[in-house]
Order: sequence, then C-alpha cells, then structure tokens
Amino acid sequence: MTTPAAIEIAGLTKSYGDHAVLEGVDLVVRAGTIHALLGSNGAGKTTVVRILSTLLRPDGGRAAVAGHDVVTAAAAVRESISLTGQFAAVDAILTGRENLVLIAQLRRVDDAGGVADALLARFDLTDVAGQRVATYSGGLRRRLDIAMSLIGDPPVLFLDEPTTGLDPQSRLEVWRTVRELAGHGTTVLLTTQYLDEAEQLADRIAVLHDGRIIADGTLAELKALLPPTTVEYVEKQPSLEEIFLAIVGHDGASPMETR
Amino acid sequence: MTTHVLHDTDVLLRRSLRHIVRSPDTIITTAVTPIAMLLLFVYVFGSSIDVGTDSYVNYLLPGILLITVASGVAYTAFRVFTDVSGGVFERLQSMPIARPAFLWGHVLTSLVANLTSLVLVVLVALAMGFRTGAGLLAWFEVLGIMLLFTLALTWLAVIPGLTATSVDGVSGFSYPLIFLPFISSAFVPTDGMPGPVRWFAEHQPVTPIVNTIRHLFAGQPVGSEGMLALAWCVGLLLVAYALAMRTYRRKIT
Ligand SMILES: Nc1ncnc2c1ncn2[C@@H]1O[C@H](COP(=O)(O)OP(=O)(O)OP(=O)(O)O)[C@@H](O)[C@H]1O
Ligand SMILES: [Mg+2]
Repeated sequence: MTTPAAIEIAGLTKSYGDHAVLEGVDLVVRAGTIHALLGSNGAGKTTVVRILSTLLRPDGGRAAVAGHDVVTAAAAVRESISLTGQFAAVDAILTGRENLVLIAQLRRVDDAGGVADALLARFDLTDVAGQRVATYSGGLRRRLDIAMSLIGDPPVLFLDEPTTGLDPQSRLEVWRTVRELAGHGTTVLLTTQYLDEAEQLADRIAVLHDGRIIADGTLAELKALLPPTTVEYVEKQPSLEEIFLAIVGHDGASPMETR
Repeated sequence: MTTHVLHDTDVLLRRSLRHIVRSPDTIITTAVTPIAMLLLFVYVFGSSIDVGTDSYVNYLLPGILLITVASGVAYTAFRVFTDVSGGVFERLQSMPIARPAFLWGHVLTSLVANLTSLVLVVLVALAMGFRTGAGLLAWFEVLGIMLLFTLALTWLAVIPGLTATSVDGVSGFSYPLIFLPFISSAFVPTDGMPGPVRWFAEHQPVTPIVNTIRHLFAGQPVGSEGMLALAWCVGLLLVAYALAMRTYRRKIT
C-alpha cells in the first residue's frame, strides 16, 4: 500500500498506578481507511483513543496523528481530529440544534446554523431539533453526538464504541455514515465490542489484548490465522468471533459480547 | 491567538448563560438562603442584638452579601463538574479551541449569576428598611470589592468542579465558606466574643471586608481596614487562581 499513514503508534505504553494497561502497542492506520480496534472490556481501547485525541499523556512510546506527535504537537493534532467518546458528550440543557451550532461556532465554520440544519436532516433529528437534549432517548443522543463530531470535516475520526446502545436501525444508519465518510477520504479508527460491526465496516481489524496488538489485518488475513477449515458434513466459514476467541484464548469467561 | 481566546470564551459564556436562563431556580435558590437569614436575624434575633446602631438591617447586609456569593459559587462548581463528568469537557479538550476558554466561560458566567443574586438580596434589604448614605463612588467601591470577592471564590469553586468525583463532593466545599461570616463581625460586633474566638474573628478576611462595605454604605471613610479588605480579596484571588490553573493544567495533560 502506498497511502500515507493517518495514525502511527509505536511502542505505546500507559499504566494507571501499577496497573499496566498498554504494554507496547504498535499500530498503523492508513489514510482514508476504516480500522477497527477490537478488545474485551478493559483491554485499553478507550485508553488508546484518549491518548490519540490528546486527552491523556502516554507513559512511553510514540503516537502521531496526521503526521503530528500527540504529545509535542497536541494543538496540531486537535486541528486534524474529531472524537466521539464512549459515552455521548452532549449538553443536556441545550437543544439538539443548539448543541450543533455550539460546536460549529467553536470550529469556526461559516454558516453555523446551515451546517447544523444539514446535519439534523442527515441524522433524522429535524423533528427533535428544538427539544432539549435532556428529553432525548439514548439512541437520539448518540446520533446527535456523532453528528456533532462531523462538524468541520476533520480528516481523522475516532469513534469509541459508536453503536453501543443503538437500535438495529440506528446502527445501520451509523454504519452507512461511517462508510460514506471513508468514501470521502476520512480516516476512521473505530473501537467496538461487536464483531459483526468490525466485520461489516472495517478495512482492517486490530485486536488489542493484554496490552498489545496481537493481530492486525484484513478479515481474510485474520481468517488465515486459523487452522484450515476442517471438512465436516456442513462446511462453515469461521466467523470473526471464532477467530477472535482462537487467538485470544478461551481462558475465563467469554471476553466479548456478540449480537 | 488572543482573538481565539475571546471568541471561544464568548461562545462558551453564551452557552452557560443560556443554562442559567433555562434554570433560573439556581439564581433564586442562591438568593433565598441569604434572604431568609436576613429576615430571621432582623425580625427574630435583631431586637435582642445590640450592634450600637439603630438599624440592624444596615449592620447585617454586608455580611449577607458575602454569604450570597459563598452559596452562589456552589453552582459554579456544579456547572463545571457537570461538564467534566458528562463528557462535554473532554469533547471540548479534544477540539482546537483556546485552552483557557472553558474556564473563563464558567468564571464569567459565575460573575453574572452572582451579581444578579446580589441585586435581588439588596432589593429585599431595601424593602426591609435598608438605607445608605453612600454616593455613586462608594457604590462603585462596594461593587468593586464584591466583584473581587466573587472572582476569588469562583476560582476556588473551579477546583472541586474539576476534581470532585460525586455531586455531593462538589457542593461540600462551600459550607465552610458560608459558615465563616458567623465567626466575624458580620452578625454581631467582635468585642463581646470570648478571647480565642475574637482573635480568629478579627484576623479572618470576612471581618475587614464586611466592615469596609459597612463603612462605604454609611458614607464613612474606610481607613486602613479598606486596604486590608482589598489585600485579602486580591490575595485570595491570586491564590485561588493559581491553584485552579494548576488543577486545570494537571487535568488537561
Ligand atoms: N482513570 C483511570 N484510573 C485508573 N484505572 C483506569 C482509568 N481509566 C481506565 N482504567 C483502567 O484501565 C483499563 C483499560 O480501560 P479502558 O477504558 O481503556 O478499556 P476499554 O477497552 O475501553 O474497555 P471497555 O470495553 O469497557 O470500554 C481498565 O482496567 C480500567 O479499569
Ligand atoms: Mg472503552
């Protein structure tokens, strides 16, 4: 591949007290691709995303976004990114439209109101645009949250479990939006616990486990990690879940929720 | 860069002023407790308190103004905490906006909210018979002292707003602030207090600030106590600002 890297992570480490969460994470995300970061609860997905979005300082290693170091050039990184955190970060007292206008003003886009209205229409929020977000359901909040992240067309987008808590229809809508963005050249790093989401959406999938990336590749490449499919009465392609469980190991409870 | 700071602060100030307009109860609640104290002390205890002047409400108002601010900044802490715990803070921090804008937006909002509460309290006091011989200049001096005091307590309130882990932890910091005027010359003269209490009362910031405002309202010269009050306000402000900024810097890196 010749496309430049939008995200480069090398030897990244982070501990909370003596709890080592990241123990040398290496990952490269090519520009314009969708890269999924898979991992069980507590694997450190959010920690990676927070370091990349300059909210958290790594202990060691290097991370660069759009060519800028996240520690030494944090301001330049913030110019290039947008974050949709794991939990919807919306202002509950403002209306949906006011939330969008707020972000548009802070990002200094021309015609903040027009941008807000376009996003409201695109995310099917026009009917509730004038209501306070406090009255929104979880799914509505999440859609507004993602819409807020798209303002200003940042080239790199972090989505931390974007579809957790969404109904199937909203989920498909988010998937469509993400694909559309990638089609226009936006780089997307997406964490998820849903294997089908990674399978459906991602160009490449990285698995974060025990503080490291233990697998990284296309779905086909990950499938090749499994022993050849055994011939049975019914031949069955391994699902990503089986691949995941095989490379992570079956120790303990099922590390991941499937739907 | 400075235009950045001004623009972003302005946008965030408008946002949190909108919060206040949508929940005016925060301003009313802020004013209700001091007004209740005013009524209680003037109409219930006032007749048996001898402060050496004929009007107890005139004597009491300055201390009540400080209590108003002390309870008002609890909402500032609460608003900061809501942003931090609800994720809005992180969203803003991951965006290319001027770093000081988040705090300044809240601090300026706090000034507006507290001034509004103070006006309410003064209006009630006027209705209760508060009279002042203060000229325009004296009024401006009172306003200046109250602004400095509010600014100092606001920066102090920012700290629990940034660091608290629960809603209860946020508002807890303001209780000692509300209590401090009781051990000062705010309600009764310090002369009658027993030794150590009197010493504390005469050496803590509330007493000179209250006395200064009282003198200004009475149209009297403030003397050296005025300088002491100013020094306390500016000193508290600088310390609170430094601590708040240090907390903020730790939080954003
Ligand atoms: N501020 C913190 N202080 C102490 N420990 C933390 C802190 N933040 C996260 N951790 C711990 O670090 C580990 C990784 O957390 P992280 O949130 O990155 O995991 P995750 O992969 O996003 O999990 P989830 O799927 O539940 O969102 C967890 O064990 C968590 O308890
Ligand atoms: Mg997480």
